[in-house]
Amino acid sequence: MNDTFWLLTAIIFLPTAGAAGVALIKKESVETMRAFALAITFATFLLSIYLTWGVFDPTDPGIQPKAPELVSKDAGGFKSAEIAKQYEQRGVSTKWIPGWNIEYRLGYDGISVPLVLLTGLISFLGMVASWSIQKEVKGYLILYLLLETGMMGVFLALDFFLFYVFWEVMLLPMYFLIGIWGGPRREYAAIKFFLYTLFGSILMLIALLMLYFGSGGGDTLPTFNILKLSAIGQGLIPDLAYSPAVQLTAFVLLFIGFAIKVPVWPFHTWLPDAHVEAPTPISMILAGVLLKMGGYGILRIAFPICPAGAQAACLVLVALGVISIIYGAFAALAQTDFKRMVAYSSVSHMGYVLLGIAVWKLTDTGSVDGSRFWLQGINGAMFQMIGHGISSAGMFFMVGVIYDRVHHRDLNKFGGLIGLMPLYGGIAIGLFFAGLGLPGLCGFIGEVFVVLSSWNYSPVLAIVAASGVILTAGYILWAVQRVYLGPEYKGPHPEAITPLTEREAFVGLTLLAFAIILGVFPDTLFSKMKTSTEQFVSTMDAGYQASLKPATTTAAVEKK
Amino acid sequence: MVCDMNFSELLQRVVQDTVGTNPFGDLGRVWQGQQPTLSDGSLLMFLPELIVVGTILALLFVRLFDLDKVFSGQSVALLGSTVALLVAVVQFLALKNFDGAASDAVHKTMFTGLLVYDAFGVFFKVFLLLFLQLVVYLTRLTGLPDREDAPDFYTLLFGSTLGMLLMISSNNLLMVFLGIEMTSVPSYAMVGFLKGRRTSSEAAFKYVVYGAGAAGVMLYGISLLAGLLGTTNFPEMAVRLNMVIGTHPLKMDATLLTLLLSIVMILVGFAFKLSIFPFHFWGPDAFEGASTEVAGFLSVASKGAAFALLLRVLLALVGPTTEQSGLMVPVYFYLGIAISVLAAVTATFGNLAAYSQNNIKRMLAYSTIAHAGYMLMAVGAMLVLLNATKHVPDAQVRWDLATRAVEGLLFYLWVYMLMNLGAFAVAAFIRNELFSEDITDFGGLWTQAPVLTFAMACCMFSLIGMPPFGGFTGKFMVFSSLFQAGHYHWAMWGVLAIAGLNTVFSLFYYVRVLKFMFIAPAKDDARRVKVPLTSAAGSYVFALAVLVLWTGMWGAKYLSATAHDVASVLFP
Repeated sequence: MNDTFWLLTAIIFLPTAGAAGVALIKKESVETMRAFALAITFATFLLSIYLTWGVFDPTDPGIQPKAPELVSKDAGGFKSAEIAKQYEQRGVSTKWIPGWNIEYRLGYDGISVPLVLLTGLISFLGMVASWSIQKEVKGYLILYLLLETGMMGVFLALDFFLFYVFWEVMLLPMYFLIGIWGGPRREYAAIKFFLYTLFGSILMLIALLMLYFGSGGGDTLPTFNILKLSAIGQGLIPDLAYSPAVQLTAFVLLFIGFAIKVPVWPFHTWLPDAHVEAPTPISMILAGVLLKMGGYGILRIAFPICPAGAQAACLVLVALGVISIIYGAFAALAQTDFKRMVAYSSVSHMGYVLLGIAVWKLTDTGSVDGSRFWLQGINGAMFQMIGHGISSAGMFFMVGVIYDRVHHRDLNKFGGLIGLMPLYGGIAIGLFFAGLGLPGLCGFIGEVFVVLSSWNYSPVLAIVAASGVILTAGYILWAVQRVYLGPEYKGPHPEAITPLTEREAFVGLTLLAFAIILGVFPDTLFSKMKTSTEQFVSTMDAGYQASLKPATTTAAVEKK
Repeated sequence: MVCDMNFSELLQRVVQDTVGTNPFGDLGRVWQGQQPTLSDGSLLMFLPELIVVGTILALLFVRLFDLDKVFSGQSVALLGSTVALLVAVVQFLALKNFDGAASDAVHKTMFTGLLVYDAFGVFFKVFLLLFLQLVVYLTRLTGLPDREDAPDFYTLLFGSTLGMLLMISSNNLLMVFLGIEMTSVPSYAMVGFLKGRRTSSEAAFKYVVYGAGAAGVMLYGISLLAGLLGTTNFPEMAVRLNMVIGTHPLKMDATLLTLLLSIVMILVGFAFKLSIFPFHFWGPDAFEGASTEVAGFLSVASKGAAFALLLRVLLALVGPTTEQSGLMVPVYFYLGIAISVLAAVTATFGNLAAYSQNNIKRMLAYSTIAHAGYMLMAVGAMLVLLNATKHVPDAQVRWDLATRAVEGLLFYLWVYMLMNLGAFAVAAFIRNELFSEDITDFGGLWTQAPVLTFAMACCMFSLIGMPPFGGFTGKFMVFSSLFQAGHYHWAMWGVLAIAGLNTVFSLFYYVRVLKFMFIAPAKDDARRVKVPLTSAAGSYVFALAVLVLWTGMWGAKYLSATAHDVASVLFP
């Protein structure tokens, strides 16, 4: 237990402590509660900033911290001390349930740090946007803070069991947040969201059992340590390996679990309902952070632990990614509900993430064909995750702002808003252009990297994916035209249209600022994750090669 | 051997076995946290049960001598259950160092071999007595028996618990039947305790008819088995079984048929107690008719005791080493699979039938059936793992695996006690306020009594099996045993898949309760519920909810370690 241990623990559990604090405040003092909760989310955001720029070392590709106190212990079992250092002995940990070798193990690298930062930012901005919540504020704030704990925990956990626990913990508050504070069909949306995710979780649980019991043999106790599981999956530990069949089964189970969260077509149908019915700040979190968990899970767990399974499934993954892009874009074009359109745009945009991760093409000899292209794809996917986190949260917020005023979302009953609310119109158009992928804004970099890298995998799919950009431009420009441009506002409650409040302007401008910074200086983000993604690509390649060898020589150690 | 003795010698032996050579000198040993020595008589080991008996007597005398104006039945019951629990805890702590060489000395028999005294039994004693105390406290808060009825009610409650205490320590087929009947008869009366109500009497009547039928079948099975083996004593059963069957090639002759019939009949008795499909029909009716507190008691205590006894009977049949059971090994292996499949059917049935229920007790009754299914899966997995001699020749490895399965079951039972009692307690408090047990009447409770709804949410999520609540950890352990057993027969993986799907099914009806509590508005004519956290009822359910959370987080470490130690004494 060192400073980093407590820093990571604080990032995860400060919101929980905040929730307990809110519970102690009297129900009547609503403003005090709001201010307190805001302070907590801001403090958590500051901690995540400190983690990113103060603690995190972008030159180290592996999981951090290196935990020097662990290096001396238990170096055996690995093929070399070098590999051991790369894997098992990183992160900070303490025992949780020793009888089952379950640990409270935390750590971060270039892949998780940007997402932690994004979570801190979106949670903070979502809390600012939560002033629009009037009903049962106390319960709302408690659940909101618990939700943040779950999200942070997912991105920082390095023990699969712990990861699973955080993954589920985030479900519980979300059910209530949608179910109590949501729109007219909130009950349906909440249970649908819960059900889909739980179904995926159960599949993940079965994969968890497979991988756990496969990770021990003879005198070695099985482990949930994601790093060690990855090492086994990549054939780095003698006498332990997952056979290709086990890897493929586990990968499919894991992938479905994560794909539901991303969401990937055809597991996406919970998303439009949940996003549309959720209150605005929760929509921001759903689109901004929750969807990224699926992508993160694929990058952190499904691919590294099951390289052979991932490789076998790549073509399907790429196809699903492309279908999501096109399907989501067409579905968005067809919507008349403003928020639903934004929701479907998320399906489309997250398709790029999956596409970028999956463009892992092998040559006939088995080595990666153009590993630079795959690296580009991974980088693009990561960038797209962050960029979409900013732009989609912004778009949902912009929809929420106008909905709070006129209480409808029918795209055909807006118009001329830029004249009535110039600041709002400006920010909104900026954020929508970021979602569109206009060069100079955050959406562009991710999409272009992914599409470029997919050309190496399959030119046909690349062309199809690229055409998604045109469709995106279509629905976004059409929406902008119908909502913000035009001569006059055509819908109900024209008298309620008032300029942005300072609070709303703060949220919108902050998101727009991040969209511009990421678009103009993408290297602020790339520099943080470059080494980690490079190592990801090279170890996955080596791991795939190695995972094939023991399986062909010795029988797979899948049993006890 | 007995024939050589004269009567007075025999009597002498029995007395010595009962009270020990130095009963008064050794009485303090247990209190000092030491293990009873061989000179200790059975009475010392039987102390918690004796205290329960004493409480029953006290309850009766209080009524007889008109003392119930001074000591209410509730306080006598609370005192008795507390003292019995403390003694059991001391006994457990005295046995706690049951590792290594000490473990053999710990398997002691009481009353000339009719009962056994080991860490497993004492663990369940603590379980049952703690639960008894929680239920007594709950009835005190809800005021289920009024002052007039209290001695009657607690006499029945304690009598039933006494039967369970005998069940969990059984070392003889006779005690199995005696314990089960002693548990059942007071339960029938408790179900019908709400005398004025037609549904209550109907429920009690159904329960009696079913229970008597099942007991008859079980007794018949016991008599067949005893006749076949020539013994009712557990430690001898496996050896005798081997003598009867082990040398024959496994073919369907009369002996094997009788044996299988007797095993199936005994299992029918258990299936009734555990409300396993297709012997579950009494459950929902009995629970709906009984008061919420009684339903809560039956759903947990009788299940816990029946699972402990089921393990004892099965392990007596399998024997300490599978080498002894010889040709019976494949029979037990497939029996394990059959039990698991039955468990999967039970869980599925319970979960599907719970959907359409609007009465909270009826819904919880079906949920009880489903959970009995999950727990029975662990028993099936244990049998499979224990008898997978073909795949795992090393007996030690099989015992380790089986220990894990039993650990999962024990963990599950403890969490189940807390979460189910929590759910029933909340339902009872709501009934006291709203005079309704319909889930649809729970609208808007969240804003009126947040502590009740918070506790209910914890219990429901735990029953679904969501982390970070204890229900998840228990389920995880049971699932992992199923997964391990799947390595030896694919059917167990099928059971695992069904169990996983069941978790998803069960989401609907558990969350439906929460939906009404949290999302639906209150009915216009509904009473306002006021149960603040600071009230006794509020703090009671809050404490249970926190415990459910604790077992899933920090507590998992201790509970799983204890359960593992306790489970390991069952295997050599």
